[in-house]
Amino acid sequence: MTTSSVSKGCFVFKPSSKKKKTTSLKASDYFHDGKADSQNSESRFETCQSLWQRMKAETERVQEDLNTNILDSLLEFARKSTASFQSKTDDWASRMRASEIPTAALVLGVNVPDHAMTFQSLSALLQESVTPYVVCLQSKECSALKQVLQKVLVQLMGHSVCVEDDDDEEDQSGPRPTGIPSRKMLCSMATLCGWYTAVTQKSASPSPGKKRLSSSKGCGQRPPVVVIFKDLESFTPRVLQEFIVISSQYIQQLPLIFIFGIATSPITIHGMLPHSVSSLLCIQLFQSLSCTQHLATVIDKLVLTTTFPFKLSGKVLQVLISIFLYHDFSVRNFIKGLQLSLLDHFYSQPLSMLCCDKQEARSRAKELSHEDCENIRQLPSFMRYVEKQEPEIQVQLLTCDKRVKDVTQSLLKELHAYHKNYYPVLRCLHALTSSLPKYPLGKQIRELHGICLEKNVWETEEYESAFQLLRMLAKDELVAALRTCTEILKCAKKLGDAVEKLEEFIERFELLDRCSAVVEMGQEGEEELPPQKGLQKKTDLFQLQKSLLERESRRTKKLSKFELLRLAVLDCIDSIVKKHLLPPESQPLHEVFYYSSAGTLRRHLNAAPRTAIQTALNNPYCYLQSEALKSEGGAISNAAPDICIVYKLHLECGRLINLYDWLEAYATVVAAAEGKDPDSAAAAQLDDVKHARFIRAVSELEFLGFIKPTKQKTDHVARLTWGGC
Amino acid sequence: MSSQKQPKEGRVLEVRFVGDEEVLQHIVDKQEGVKGKNAVQILVSLKTPRKSEPEDSEDEDHEVCNEQDYVEALGTAAQDASCGSGGGDVFTFQAVKRSNRMAQLASELARTPGKSVKFTTADSPPEEVTSPTRASKRQSTQYKTPSKGKKNQFVSTTPHRLRKRLSAPNLRSDSDSDFSPSNSEEELEAEEEASKLVPESKPASKAPAAGLYKTPVKKAKKVPEPSLVEEYFEAHSSSKVLTSDRTLQKLQTPQLDQDTLCRLLDGTSTAFSAELKQLNKEHERLFHKWMLQLQLGFNIVLFGLGSKRTLLEKFRTSMLLGSIHVVINGFFPSITIRSILNSITEEVLEHEGHFRNPLDQMDFIVKTLKEDPDLQLFLLIHNIDGQMLRGDKTQQILGQLAAIPNLHLIASIDHINAPLSWDQFKMSQFNWLWYETTTYQPYIEETSYENSLLVKQSGALALSSLTHVMRSLTPNARGIFRLLAEFQLENKDNPSYTGLSFQDFYQRCREAFLVNSDITLRTQLTEFRDHKLIRTKKGADGVEYLIIPIETGTLSDFLEKEDKE
Repeated sequence: MTTSSVSKGCFVFKPSSKKKKTTSLKASDYFHDGKADSQNSESRFETCQSLWQRMKAETERVQEDLNTNILDSLLEFARKSTASFQSKTDDWASRMRASEIPTAALVLGVNVPDHAMTFQSLSALLQESVTPYVVCLQSKECSALKQVLQKVLVQLMGHSVCVEDDDDEEDQSGPRPTGIPSRKMLCSMATLCGWYTAVTQKSASPSPGKKRLSSSKGCGQRPPVVVIFKDLESFTPRVLQEFIVISSQYIQQLPLIFIFGIATSPITIHGMLPHSVSSLLCIQLFQSLSCTQHLATVIDKLVLTTTFPFKLSGKVLQVLISIFLYHDFSVRNFIKGLQLSLLDHFYSQPLSMLCCDKQEARSRAKELSHEDCENIRQLPSFMRYVEKQEPEIQVQLLTCDKRVKDVTQSLLKELHAYHKNYYPVLRCLHALTSSLPKYPLGKQIRELHGICLEKNVWETEEYESAFQLLRMLAKDELVAALRTCTEILKCAKKLGDAVEKLEEFIERFELLDRCSAVVEMGQEGEEELPPQKGLQKKTDLFQLQKSLLERESRRTKKLSKFELLRLAVLDCIDSIVKKHLLPPESQPLHEVFYYSSAGTLRRHLNAAPRTAIQTALNNPYCYLQSEALKSEGGAISNAAPDICIVYKLHLECGRLINLYDWLEAYATVVAAAEGKDPDSAAAAQLDDVKHARFIRAVSELEFLGFIKPTKQKTDHVARLTWGGC
Repeated sequence: MSSQKQPKEGRVLEVRFVGDEEVLQHIVDKQEGVKGKNAVQILVSLKTPRKSEPEDSEDEDHEVCNEQDYVEALGTAAQDASCGSGGGDVFTFQAVKRSNRMAQLASELARTPGKSVKFTTADSPPEEVTSPTRASKRQSTQYKTPSKGKKNQFVSTTPHRLRKRLSAPNLRSDSDSDFSPSNSEEELEAEEEASKLVPESKPASKAPAAGLYKTPVKKAKKVPEPSLVEEYFEAHSSSKVLTSDRTLQKLQTPQLDQDTLCRLLDGTSTAFSAELKQLNKEHERLFHKWMLQLQLGFNIVLFGLGSKRTLLEKFRTSMLLGSIHVVINGFFPSITIRSILNSITEEVLEHEGHFRNPLDQMDFIVKTLKEDPDLQLFLLIHNIDGQMLRGDKTQQILGQLAAIPNLHLIASIDHINAPLSWDQFKMSQFNWLWYETTTYQPYIEETSYENSLLVKQSGALALSSLTHVMRSLTPNARGIFRLLAEFQLENKDNPSYTGLSFQDFYQRCREAFLVNSDITLRTQLTEFRDHKLIRTKKGADGVEYLIIPIETGTLSDFLEKEDKE
């Protein structure tokens, strides 16, 4: 069966049932490069999958945690407005408010793809604890008022149908499609209102609706109806206005609450709704966590941790963060990138089977096959390690598999230990430097992490300037920073001595505090005198300057005790950093854990299709390594594929292209490529084949969107791109 | 964002992304230099790490990581890709072209058969960078000339250049090898400069016209560095575009029709078959990876020059034969989202019954697939950016389909602006992984439907279907159709022809003894309508007008053929 036809565009292929059983493969079966050799591919795949599941669970947990705040306040809002509906106080203010629809404007930020999850958990929470009547509206389903109403009715009453099914099962058999009830009845707010009163009255009488009562606990007998507008900006303003106006008419009978999901800024509400409409709403603003904070948490929990053995190299992390910052602000896409890099790491690195927890890795290292040992020997980091060893050991390492396995085990252990120390020290350094003016080592810990992954951080200028600044820190600030550092370092078992040292320093600072209190008083008393004298001496600017300078120099000469101590503590921290914040590339076997193919990742996540097409057209040699196509910058040879030549020629034109001229020019080029003398008359001659090739090339350009037919002039086409070469 | 060109030729381009904020800071920085630096800096006077960089000044947005590093990271990628072409290579601006540039380029291409030619168009960047004033002057002369619509003057120079070219071809070819292209460019420039001076030299005779021209001094003052935006608008401001008036009528060869085209192209051998094969082999090596990634919830989109149909077809036959899959030809001119959804619901899910709208159908598919997680459905869409699938609604539905966990989508795109049809939200629904698969295969199938500009519209398809239907009709019915067709042909030159009104038609049919009552005629017309042979339209006066929605040429062909039989 072919897949081309002049009458059909869709072709369905179903394997016969027998064949299906035999040949259906799982994802794991594709987890090798097409050669079915490596037996460890299965274990690699399993490791990859389990790791991914853990990471995914972790991200979900993180997201939930982050959302709790905003969701809680929203729930609180819903409850409070419910209460105000039910309160029967008859003062003027509450009556005024009673005619307004309580509205929550939820500002979520521009990362629209991430919103879905927030709304999902929001509606689930609302249904659980406030009201069973929650409606989610999306702009794409609501292009007219009628559809909005229909959607609301279907979601609410469809829900009620389900509830009734539970209550009296005898007259219902099988699930009923939720769309049906709406079709029969008139979609209007009045219908909804009638339905609502019926339902609430029914639930008010205690016998039938036990379930609903229990589900809508805390809301009394009149649970509110919550309508969520997921993407407010894309709704048609008119539809929205009408819906609000109509709803406000029924607010007395039908306790409505609106939630607007806003991606940009709360101003849009007033842009979309005129005053007359927005005055019907009682809007309260809710701001969700910014996506950068969200990302910071995700990175903190997934990347800067020893929980997951899989690590990203500096370049990869940079690509992922750049995509986030420059393109979409979407945490979801960041996680997708993480997933892809995880998958690609396990797919392309045969040694990645060792990328698992410590115990597991050790047992796996014991059972390495000869091939794996060879692979280890090929690793550049391992080679570097071997070179550093004694000659005899070198020989052993290169010849004996067992030796390699032993060394691998110990190296893996070291790597794990390295990671255990690395992250606390990193956090500690970040705690020290993140509050410095101008943030020489970055405001976010990921920036510092990026630097540390790339090179020896203490050799950078940023580090130097950060320490210069630290050397000027006031005492209380320094002590506070040191305290946080010790807190952080306490988490790591192996950094006990560092913690001790720092604590000792803190103690000495405090001691300094107490004993210097007396001394400084005396000193200050002494120093206080001369300036007063100087001031009395009725000025002379030069004199003043001189005396100030003098004092300055005196101060630098003599370091106080505090200053000495400060230098000492910073030296201590410096040594800790130098010991533990080595870049991972310095560690042997780091290839097992670190994924470094940033190029692959970027090409798959953030591709530039147009650039690819235009490169192929401009410079076919990039793809077709043929000598005939070799050329220097900006040029192509006349032997290039037709479409390249035609494209090159069309770049010479302005907005309109004369087809005849184009064809002629093309024919000249092709004739030359065929070896004819370009000046002879034969070259200008056009044969059918050339004509046909030209037609094909031109229609391909049209297909690609470079040109389009135009009626401005006969036998002309319009160029759709502008700019050249 | 802007791209900066290094003053080196071609390859080594450095592209830096510069945000608005930072551009602003650049400006602010300069002013600060006068007023005194930041307070912090004076206080501390430390060795600032990146003195020259924009971050130097108070940077609110420290989130933005060092973009230099980002570019470095990108650079590594570009090196991997074996073709380090920066964006600047592709997206540069070019001023208005001269009308005979194409011929010029062609002759230059032709003149050096073996080795490659540098284009005069290359507008060599060093020149532009080192002497901006000169370049700007040149550009201004370039678009001044056509934009003023001084056609006579322009035309007078063109033949001159051509004449020169034709008269001394040998000299030209000699100089080509010796001179760098920029020389020849200068020569032309000089000519243009001279031609531009013509109106200025005799201001007395052309006083009003000369008034339109700005003096060169003024120009130099006004455009010290040409901004790209200005260039764009200058290039597009003039409504007149100067091209030669020659038409395809001049060709000895007649317009080709689709069949001859195919026949001719079948004969041509493709060059570089070895390289193409190599390229294909590389792509085929990815099949396993694709399958893996598809099954893990990603969807795959292929891009790059050349038809990806054969590649996908190969993928299908080698990987997907064991599973249920649907192939969709997005380039098919009458594909609709409805037909795609129908083929899924009816043929894959074996559901009988109709849906009110695609959204309902979508919901049904989502529900059914969710209930049966073992059912793995593969969707293969050739050209998801096809003409009929470009709509926002369609892409939305496709995105929803792609988001179903056990539906796997692999698609290809070809149009250069295809990614524009996906916004953030759709992108995240599609969950694309991009794969570059440049094949250089001709788009045979894809363009065969397209009514190409150069191919004669034979209407063979419409004609054959017309004759097919006609054969199954009674002689009377044929007569009725013929009557309508003839009437339409009579009125082919009448632009306000709306169709034949039913009453008129009935009258004519009666006169020709084809029908005896208007009910017979109506039944007949219903049959025509079912076969899409006619269309009815309500006129302004409420009268039904009948029209045959077929091109005049095809229709007359049909009548001729009928006459023969």
